[in-house]
Amino acid sequence: MTELTLVQAVNDGLRSIMKEDDSVLVMGEDVGPKGGVFLATEKLTDEFGEERCFDTPLSEDGIIGVGVGMAMNGMKPVCEIQFQDFIFPAFDQIVSEAAKIRYRSGGQYTVPMVIRTPYGGGIKGGLYHSQSGEAYFAHTPGLKVVIPSTPYDAKGLLIASINDPDPVLFMEPKALYRAFREDVPSGIYEVELSKTRNVTEGGDVAVFCYGAMVPVCTDAAKRIKDSRNKDVRVVDLRTLMPLDEESVLQAARDCGRVVIVHEAPRFCGYGAELSALIAERAIESIEAPIKRVAGFDTPFPNTLENYYMPDARRVLDAIEEVLDF
Amino acid sequence: MRVVEPKGVTVRKAMREDGTALLKAFKGVEPQSNDLLAIHRAMLTTRLMDARMMKLQRQGRVGFVGSSMGQEGAIHASAQAFGASDWIFSALREGGVTLQRGMSMNDYVAHMFGNAEDTAKGRQMPNHFQYKEGNFPSWSSVLGTQMPHAVGAAMAMQRRGEKNVVAAYTGDGATSTSGFHSAMNFAGVYKAPVVFLVIDNGWAISLPSAKQTAAKSYADKAVAYGMPGFNVDGMDVFAVFDAVEEARQRALAGKGPSLLNLRCYRQGGHSSSDDPTRYRNEEEVEYWAKRDPLARMENYLFKHDLLNDEELEQMNQSLTEQIKDAVDHAETVGAPPLESLVEDVFATPPHHLRRQVADALRIVAEKGDVDRLVGKFPL
Repeated sequence: MTELTLVQAVNDGLRSIMKEDDSVLVMGEDVGPKGGVFLATEKLTDEFGEERCFDTPLSEDGIIGVGVGMAMNGMKPVCEIQFQDFIFPAFDQIVSEAAKIRYRSGGQYTVPMVIRTPYGGGIKGGLYHSQSGEAYFAHTPGLKVVIPSTPYDAKGLLIASINDPDPVLFMEPKALYRAFREDVPSGIYEVELSKTRNVTEGGDVAVFCYGAMVPVCTDAAKRIKDSRNKDVRVVDLRTLMPLDEESVLQAARDCGRVVIVHEAPRFCGYGAELSALIAERAIESIEAPIKRVAGFDTPFPNTLENYYMPDARRVLDAIEEVLDF
Repeated sequence: MRVVEPKGVTVRKAMREDGTALLKAFKGVEPQSNDLLAIHRAMLTTRLMDARMMKLQRQGRVGFVGSSMGQEGAIHASAQAFGASDWIFSALREGGVTLQRGMSMNDYVAHMFGNAEDTAKGRQMPNHFQYKEGNFPSWSSVLGTQMPHAVGAAMAMQRRGEKNVVAAYTGDGATSTSGFHSAMNFAGVYKAPVVFLVIDNGWAISLPSAKQTAAKSYADKAVAYGMPGFNVDGMDVFAVFDAVEEARQRALAGKGPSLLNLRCYRQGGHSSSDDPTRYRNEEEVEYWAKRDPLARMENYLFKHDLLNDEELEQMNQSLTEQIKDAVDHAETVGAPPLESLVEDVFATPPHHLRRQVADALRIVAEKGDVDRLVGKFPL
């Protein structure tokens, strides 16, 4: 066991699986000698050589397209997109290629690749270093979407994603990269995909969240406990696609009141799907309107980002509203 | 190690490396003395402004800075060769060209602070300048995306019969993007009046140009798109001005685009958050520091009695004061109002956006304000 930050846990996860499995390799912009702009790939080139951890030219569609070809031919590439905001030049390779190759080949060809990318706000990164694009990708059949919120989960989910036979978009909340440390086991372990985690146990309100919104929601849960003695069940989704539907529905039924939180824009955001799922399959247990707390339906601002990002005040406001209904 | 003129690559030069005189072989277009002084002033302004912004960044008063140090010759000599009605599409490090084209220091610093006086309303990270009066839109951090825009703007000029051209700046890294390829291809096919300028500073964050492309130089890429391409010593303002003037005249004559690779050097890190000692050696940095474009320019101006020590000192002082005044002023201006968050998404904010901002104002009233200062850019 070592105490690691989330970004160190990602680094440790990569190192652990690269030791175990020769077919795993890391590629992307500045992942080599620099170790990645956030140091997620620090020292991997030193340890495994340039054949297994290498810098690429500045071309996201090149990185993902080449990764797809490698994955079709026996490798397990872990491709880094430096900021999730830079992923869109590779959108075609992800959505039309990586996600569809198993289907279009009747299962003859597969793409066991992982795309790692830091996402989300909270770093004064403005329009193009802050976005949360998970809904675009969760909407794409054939692509798994995973978002950790703790160092332990980051390593375990990353290894599970690399070992998964399908393409996985692994979105790392950069606001939490160095937010806190926790004990992370050394060596290989997996955290199973498509399983939620209850961050707090409670039966009054279910709050669904993921990534950097998990500590925000946990903070709001503490505040409502202090002010009204209500118990919130904060549920960290961890995998957005395929979703652990039964756990989501169970939490909604147990609590009867639901708040959904994400930093991405509200309209057609991931919260809309969760809300629809609960309305379709658990409406008989629901006692108040399902509330969403989300980013504004605007591009991501710079100076005003702290208004844009959901914070404990806004989550608390929504929790109070569903309790008071 | 990166050198000015690698084997097998022809680099256009006009000045001796010490800046004392022009090469005898140089037969190109020379900038007039007023242009030379304007180029020098712009180079010095950028050097001083970058240094001041970097200090503010270290103090936590500005979020991010991408310095142009070592590239000022390539940037400002090329920009000086374009006319006021030409358009300029920039990348990360050409922001000083807004000042060269007449933008106020207050507007420049307001953008760095992202305050209520920023013409972009604090929407962008620092170093994403725009100056509409100077035909200078901002770039996007996604890289390479401005290149096809430049071609489109040039094709609009072409269709209206205007006698203007478009400058399309990019760094060396973005030559690997699809945007660069599409732009070069379209410009070649339609003979668009564009001058493509690669500010080849040798490094795309940590990736050296030698690993960015297997071509001998970025100028070679012109061949595939049916346009002329040249390598130019970007530390040499005469060679740069001449090459741009030639490319501009070619574009104005309806003969189509050109690609100029301006070889220079990024003396600092990629940005205020980068530590270049992780990936490059000091020997190379020293080699290029000895060839600093500003020092070379000043040598030339001294030798030819276009500038003396006293005048230079006065310029230094005056620019430093103007920058200080602009920073002092920016410190007194607050953030843009919360209501501005939903402006400019569309021409008219739709109902749902008005509702979202009303809700945010209600929460501020009921639950208190946010801490605007939390968060720090890490790259």
